[in-house]
Amino acid sequence: MKPLLIKNGRVVDPAAGLDARRDLLIEDGRLAALDTRIERPDADVFDAANLVVAPGFIDLHVHLREPGKEAAETVSSGTAAAAAGGFTAVAAMPNTQPVNDSALVTRFILAQAARGPVRVYPVGAVTKGTAGEELAEIESMREAGIRAVSDDGRPVWNSRLLRRALEYCLALDLPLVDHCEDPHLAAGGVMHEGEWSLRLGLRGIPALAEELPVLRDTLLAKLTGARLHLAHLSTRGALEFVRRAKQDGVRVTCEVTPHHFTLTDEACRDFDARAKMNPPLRTADDVAALVEGLADGAVDAIATDHAPHSETEKQTDFESAPFGVIGLETALALALEKLYHTQKISLLRLVELFSTNPARILGVEGGRLAVGAPADITIFDPERRWTYRAAEGASQSHNSPFDGWTLRGAPVATLVAGRFAFRQ
Amino acid sequence: MPPPKTLARLSQRHLLGVEPLSAEDIELVLATAQKYQTRTATETRPVPRLELLRGKTLTLAFFEPSTRTRVSFEMAAQRLGMNTVNLALEASSVQKGESLLDTVKTLAAMRPNALVIRHAASGVPHFLARHTDVPILNAGDGQHEHPTQALLDALTIRDHKGTLGGLKVAILGDLLHSRVARSNIHLLAKFGTRIALAGPPPLVPKAFERLAPSVAVCARIEEALAEADVVMMLRVQLERQREPLFASPAEYARHYCLTPSRLAHAKPDAIVMHPGPFLRGIDIAGEVADSPRSVIPHQVENGVAVRMALLELLVGGAG
Repeated sequence: MKPLLIKNGRVVDPAAGLDARRDLLIEDGRLAALDTRIERPDADVFDAANLVVAPGFIDLHVHLREPGKEAAETVSSGTAAAAAGGFTAVAAMPNTQPVNDSALVTRFILAQAARGPVRVYPVGAVTKGTAGEELAEIESMREAGIRAVSDDGRPVWNSRLLRRALEYCLALDLPLVDHCEDPHLAAGGVMHEGEWSLRLGLRGIPALAEELPVLRDTLLAKLTGARLHLAHLSTRGALEFVRRAKQDGVRVTCEVTPHHFTLTDEACRDFDARAKMNPPLRTADDVAALVEGLADGAVDAIATDHAPHSETEKQTDFESAPFGVIGLETALALALEKLYHTQKISLLRLVELFSTNPARILGVEGGRLAVGAPADITIFDPERRWTYRAAEGASQSHNSPFDGWTLRGAPVATLVAGRFAFRQ
Repeated sequence: MPPPKTLARLSQRHLLGVEPLSAEDIELVLATAQKYQTRTATETRPVPRLELLRGKTLTLAFFEPSTRTRVSFEMAAQRLGMNTVNLALEASSVQKGESLLDTVKTLAAMRPNALVIRHAASGVPHFLARHTDVPILNAGDGQHEHPTQALLDALTIRDHKGTLGGLKVAILGDLLHSRVARSNIHLLAKFGTRIALAGPPPLVPKAFERLAPSVAVCARIEEALAEADVVMMLRVQLERQREPLFASPAEYARHYCLTPSRLAHAKPDAIVMHPGPFLRGIDIAGEVADSPRSVIPHQVENGVAVRMALLELLVGGAG
């Protein structure tokens, strides 16, 4: 393969504190050189003038649905959507059918992913079947290649079991990713509990249903010393508990989704099931708190919680529809629009949230532009205006609340190990 | 007010709720209903079938059991000369796994002139309205709205009090699970009526005050009743509670049943309403339900007139 020379780009690499015009040379799938001016007559040239060149984005929270729900998404379609969204790697949540709670399922997912355009980091279940009762085979899954454990979709509600799992995670250097939801406080709820749920006559999920388990989890992380990562936080109170735990030296990180920092519970007003997800869309005050946290470091990562559902499943009334929205192909644009173009965060911070920190949380290579390392690179145009059409996206499912939105900023090319996984 | 001419139309093509209606829409419905009400109240011979909507079809799709609302719609339709198709959905394709959308598309393909829908889930009529051109009348969706009930209640209040504004209306009982309460709050608030709510604390969240400025959540039932012109009782919706929100029906009755002594806190000429079916001795004491203060039978009678008015406004002139 010919070398590839990416010229004239604005290279943003938080790990190196770099935000400047640079050229990059990619050879044999690796980053061979990074300099102010590189000349290589034998190389293919990619002109990145007016574009941002960043270490590859890693989505910590994706549901690829395979095995079991191939009508909604497959490893192949989900990773294609990831590439189109500027992601070079995704962490695949274990709530498939069967659940990824054994080395066998982990190996199957990795085998499917070997043919896909981006890297897949399987997340193993904490408990068998994510049923919350018995520990899953965490050590065997670790040997097979999982990069984190989670019962996502459900909390690990038994505190004793969570403690045991954290003890394993400490020894195996795996993060435990918890979905914070008190099942009793949240029971039967379909949207945020507040004025809108009351108005619409829909059962509410109070903010406290998320906040109480955040507090519990951080205390257990402190007790065990293990690494805790909190999925899709959505309330001001949840972030407050994370801030306190971080000040207290607890090894805790957290992520926020683009839909939670963009929309409020008012989006449910027409009973549109595309606004139904768990955790639910919260209030304007919560959105403001999430944006603050994304800016000041309380939040470590932006993750999509990409949750595909087939039209058949989602084309029903609000109460009956399943929770979840897709997000891989709109995440970068929403972050640029809602965080960068509003001057809440810099491009350095944006890349930190999409790449540097996710790599660190998963403990994987990447998240930086290191000479000699595999060339996983995201190139995007922070200015390009485009209209998102869910039906034309790479994901097999179309359940997005942003369908038809005109957005500012878009991925232009996604390189995984030096190859174009996506090119606009 | 004289009956409006047939050109007068609602601002909405569906009746999904009271919330999207304007005060003018509501005035139009009530004025149209009065036309039918006068005829039914003063005629001594059998009520003639009015032929205004002859040859048109009303399909009633009740995904949740109902007797009075369904019968009231059927009578309203028949009096206007409409044919009615009544679907017992418990026994139909819903049980065979057909999706909600497919069921309703099938019904719409039979080209009824309007579709009356009741469903246990909030928002079902709104979802279906996005997928069909047939006018939809919401006959109750989950805990959200029951617009025809609120409109017939408004007509009843106006019959007895001459007005909707300038009154105090107490709405008591299980507010949280009540679509009747939500529709009534939206309707009365559009006329500036003072609305006082009370009931078991978990069933009357303070957030109700955010629905409209004239709504007050009262800590005690007596406070809500004080100087009330209208007392609306709600049924304890045991079937909608997924958790025990009070200790027992007896405990509820002891503290929230509308007894003569509690009613004494309201104005001496206050009327008592209930959307029915009422639980005698739990929601409302027998002495109160049977007293001349109770306008419950009048509500039922007005239900037919209001539904006739709505059919005229939504179906009339549409084909």
